[in-house]
Amino acid sequence: MLLSIRNLSKSFPGTLALDDVDFELRAGEVHALLGENGAGKSTLIKCLTGAYRRDSGEIRLEGNPISPASTSEAQELGIGTVYQEVNLLPNLTVAQNLTFGREPRRFGLVDGRAQRKMAQEMLSGYNLDIDVGRDLGAYSVAIQQIVAIARAVALSGKVLILDEPTASLDAAEVRMLFDVVRDLRDQGLGIVFVSHFLDQVFEICDRLTVLRNGRKITTEVVADLDRLTLIEHMLGRELEEATEHEAAQKDPHSRSRPELLRFEGIGRDGVVEPFDMTVHKGEVIGLAGLLGSGRTESAELMFGVRASQGGRTRDADGPVAHGNPREAIQSGFGFAPEDRKTDGIVADLSVRENIILALQAHRGWTRPIPRSEQNRLADEYIAKLDIRTSDAEKAIGDLSGGNQQKVVLARWLAMNPRFLILDEPTRGIDVGAHAEILRLIHEMTGQGMAVLVISSEFDELIAVADRVIVLRDRRHTGELSGSDVTSDAIVREIARDDADPRTQRGAA
Amino acid sequence: MSDTIDTSATAPAGEQARASWGFLKTHLREYGILFALIAIMAFFQVATGGILLRPVNLTNLVLQNSYIVIMAIGMLLVIVAGHIDLSVGSVLGFIGALAAVMIVNWEIPYLIAAVLCLAMGAVIGMAQGFWIAYFRIPSFIVTLAGMLVFKGLTLWLLAGQSVGPFPPQFQLISSGFVPDLFGAEGMNLFSLVIGLVVAAGLAVLAIRNRAAQARTGTPDEPFAFFAAKTTIIFVGIAYLSWLMADFRGLPNVFIVMALLIAVYSFVTSRTTAGRRIYAIGGNERAAMLSGINAKRLTFLTFANMGMLAALAGLVFAARLNTATPKSGAGFELDVIAAVFIGGASMAGGVGTVVGAVIGAFIMGVMNNGMSILGIGIDYQQVIKGLVLLAAVVFDVMNKKKG
Repeated sequence: MLLSIRNLSKSFPGTLALDDVDFELRAGEVHALLGENGAGKSTLIKCLTGAYRRDSGEIRLEGNPISPASTSEAQELGIGTVYQEVNLLPNLTVAQNLTFGREPRRFGLVDGRAQRKMAQEMLSGYNLDIDVGRDLGAYSVAIQQIVAIARAVALSGKVLILDEPTASLDAAEVRMLFDVVRDLRDQGLGIVFVSHFLDQVFEICDRLTVLRNGRKITTEVVADLDRLTLIEHMLGRELEEATEHEAAQKDPHSRSRPELLRFEGIGRDGVVEPFDMTVHKGEVIGLAGLLGSGRTESAELMFGVRASQGGRTRDADGPVAHGNPREAIQSGFGFAPEDRKTDGIVADLSVRENIILALQAHRGWTRPIPRSEQNRLADEYIAKLDIRTSDAEKAIGDLSGGNQQKVVLARWLAMNPRFLILDEPTRGIDVGAHAEILRLIHEMTGQGMAVLVISSEFDELIAVADRVIVLRDRRHTGELSGSDVTSDAIVREIARDDADPRTQRGAA
Repeated sequence: MSDTIDTSATAPAGEQARASWGFLKTHLREYGILFALIAIMAFFQVATGGILLRPVNLTNLVLQNSYIVIMAIGMLLVIVAGHIDLSVGSVLGFIGALAAVMIVNWEIPYLIAAVLCLAMGAVIGMAQGFWIAYFRIPSFIVTLAGMLVFKGLTLWLLAGQSVGPFPPQFQLISSGFVPDLFGAEGMNLFSLVIGLVVAAGLAVLAIRNRAAQARTGTPDEPFAFFAAKTTIIFVGIAYLSWLMADFRGLPNVFIVMALLIAVYSFVTSRTTAGRRIYAIGGNERAAMLSGINAKRLTFLTFANMGMLAALAGLVFAARLNTATPKSGAGFELDVIAAVFIGGASMAGGVGTVVGAVIGAFIMGVMNNGMSILGIGIDYQQVIKGLVLLAAVVFDVMNKKKG
C-alpha cells in the first residue's frame, strides 16, 4: 500500500470536520475522493499536504508514519498537489516555473540555458509541444495544469493529488489531461482525484471513496458501482423516513394557482442551458442538483447577477425586467445569496443598516425610511429570527456566521418581494433557527409570495417545496411535484442518464 | 470613575469599571483622535510659550488649513467608497487659475466666475468618475492621469505667469471676517455669540441623542465618557471662538467650513445616499445585490470631490490673492494623510467626516507649531510622515486585538 490513513480526525471550533476517517491509496491507481460541500474532502487533503495538523490518527507513506508540518515538507516526502486554480506564477516563463526554488546556477547566477534544458526534460513524456521560454500565462489552463502536474511529479513523485483539476477545462482539454493522468498511473504513481463531475470519475478512476459529514461512507471499485448507488452514498438516505410525513402537507396542485411569473428561454452559454420556468403565487419551488449542476447560476440569471442571453420574462401585466439586480428588485424579486461573507453582509455597517439595505434600494433614495421605522424593522426581525446581537447598532461583522445569515434573510423579508430566491438559506444555522426559517417560508407563501429554494439538503426541499426542479450538468432536466417529491425520486432524477446504461441497473 | 456611571446602578463597582474599560478599548480610535489633537495642541502651546493659541495665530491656523479641511471632507467620501483621488491638488491649482483668468483677465463678475468655477470642478470630478465608475479603471490611475493633466492645463492657462490681484470683494472669501453687529469695544461680540450658540447647539443635540438612546435601551457609552466628551467639545468651541473674537472675529472661511462639516456629517451618518457610500465601500458586491446603483454613486462621489476641490481652489486663490502655476502642488498628499490619520480605512467602508477634519487639524497644528519653533522643513516632513505611519499602525493593531 502506497499511502494509508487510519482513524484520522480533525476538528475546528464548533465542527468535527473529519471523524475517524480511513483511506488507502495503491501505487498505480486513480482513486476518486467524493462528497458534497462540507463532507471533509478538502480537510482530508489539507491534512495530507501539511496545510493542517491532524488531531489524531496515523498517516503512513510506503509503510513509514509521516506527519508533514508544511506543504513543502509533504512535497519532499513525495506528496504533490495540483489545485483547480493553478498555483503557479503566470508572469514567469514555463521553465522558471518548473525549476522554481532549485534553479541551476552558474557563478551564482541562474543559468538560463541549463534551466530551459532541465524544464524540457521535466516535460518530456507529457506529449507537450510548448516553448519553455515563454510566459506560463500565454498557455491555456489545461497546459498550465499539465505543467503544474509535471512540477509536482518531479518534486514529489509518489502521490499526486488533483483537486478539481477539470473544473475550468473543456472536453478536449479534459481528454488531454486524462491521457497524462493515465500515463502517470501506469508509471506507478498513486493519484487522488477530487471532482464533482461523476462522468469523469467513472471514466478515469479505478476506485473511489465517499465522504459525508466528515465520515468515510465507503470505498468501492468503480467498475462494480452504478451511478444511483454512488449518489445515494454521497447524499445519504437516512433522511427519508424522518421527512416522509412532511410530504403530505404539499399542495400537488400548486401549478393550478394563479400564475405570477413566466420565465422563457433564460440561459447563458457555459453557465446554464436556456430554461423555462413558471412561478405561481404562493408556491415554493425547490432547485435540486449536485454541486456544480447550475443551481446557483440559474438563480443568478433570474436575478440579473449574470445577464441572460435572450429569453424573456412576463407576468400578468406584461414584460418583467430583470437584467441587473436593481431592475430585478424593482420588479419585486429578492435574492439571498449562498456566500454571505462575500455577497451578503457589509461587515462594518450595523445590523439595522444591513437589514434595511434592500428595502431602501427598492424605495429609492428620494424616499428614505424614517429612523423610527428602521429601528422598528430591525427590532422586529431581530426578535422574529432570533438574531443573537446585543442591539441593532452592533456591526454585523461582530456576529456569528449563522446570525449573519439570518440578517441577510431579514433584509429580504423586510423588502417583502413577490418572488424570493433563497440560495442555501439554512446553511450554517442551528436547528432551532432552521425550523424557524422553514416556518417563515410557509408564512410568506401564505401571503402570496413565491419562493425559490436552492438547497443541497434534500430533506429541506422535501419539507418545504411544492415542486422540485432537478438540474444536472447545467441543464434543467426534470421536475417532481406533490407526493412525488421524495429524496428517492430526486436522487433517481439526478442519476438518470439516458446515454449511460450503468444507471439503469439500480434504478428499477 | 466607576461611581459616576448612570446605568446599571446595582452592578458592583468593579464590574462597572471593567465595562467602561471595555468600552474605552473598543472605542479607543474615536476618542484617541480627539485626545491626540488636544495633546498635540497642549504640547505646542507649552513648547511655543503660548504663541500657538494666540488669537492672531489661531486665526491664521484656521485660514491656512481651510482648503485642506474642505478637500478632506470630499476625500473622506472617496476613500470610504473604496477609492482614492490624487488629482485634488492639481484641480485646486487649475480652478484657482481659471478664476484668475476669468476675473482678472476677462473681467467676468466674480460671483458668476465663482459659480462657473464650482461647476467646472464638478465636471472635472465627473470626467474622472466616469472612467472609474463605468469602465472600472482603477481610481489611482485615472486620478494620477488627472493630476498630470490639470497641472499641465494650469500652466497653459496662466501661460507660466502669476495672475492677480483679485478684486477686494473676492478676497473676502479668505480674508474676510464675520461683521460685528454689536460693535462692542475690542472684541467681535457677534462671532463669540455664534461660537457659543454652535457649542450649545452641539451639546443639546448630544444630550437629546443620549436621551433617545436611553428610552429605547441602555446607551453603551458610559456616562462619564459622555459627559467628559460633551464638556470638552463645548468648552473647546467656546474657548476657541472667544480667542478668535478677541482678534477680528470668526473668518468667513471658518463659517463655510463649519457649514460643510455639519452638512457632510449629516449626509454621511443619516442620509440614504451617505450610508450607501459606506455600503459600496464595505462590500460592493453585497450592495449591488441589494439593488444599490454602485456605479452612479461612485460617479457622484467623484463629482462631489471635484466640486469641493474647486471650492478649495477659490479659497486658496483668494487667500494668496493671486493664481500661480505652482498652487496646489502636493496638497493631495496632505489631504489623503489627514483622512487616514482621521481613522478612515484604505480598504473602504470606514471613516467619519469629523475624524477627517480632526486629522487635517492635527497635521495643521503640527505644521504651524513646528514652524513657530523654527524646526526646519526637512525635519517637519520626517515628523509628519512618522505621525501618519503611527496613526495607521495604531489603527491596524487596534483592529487586530478587537
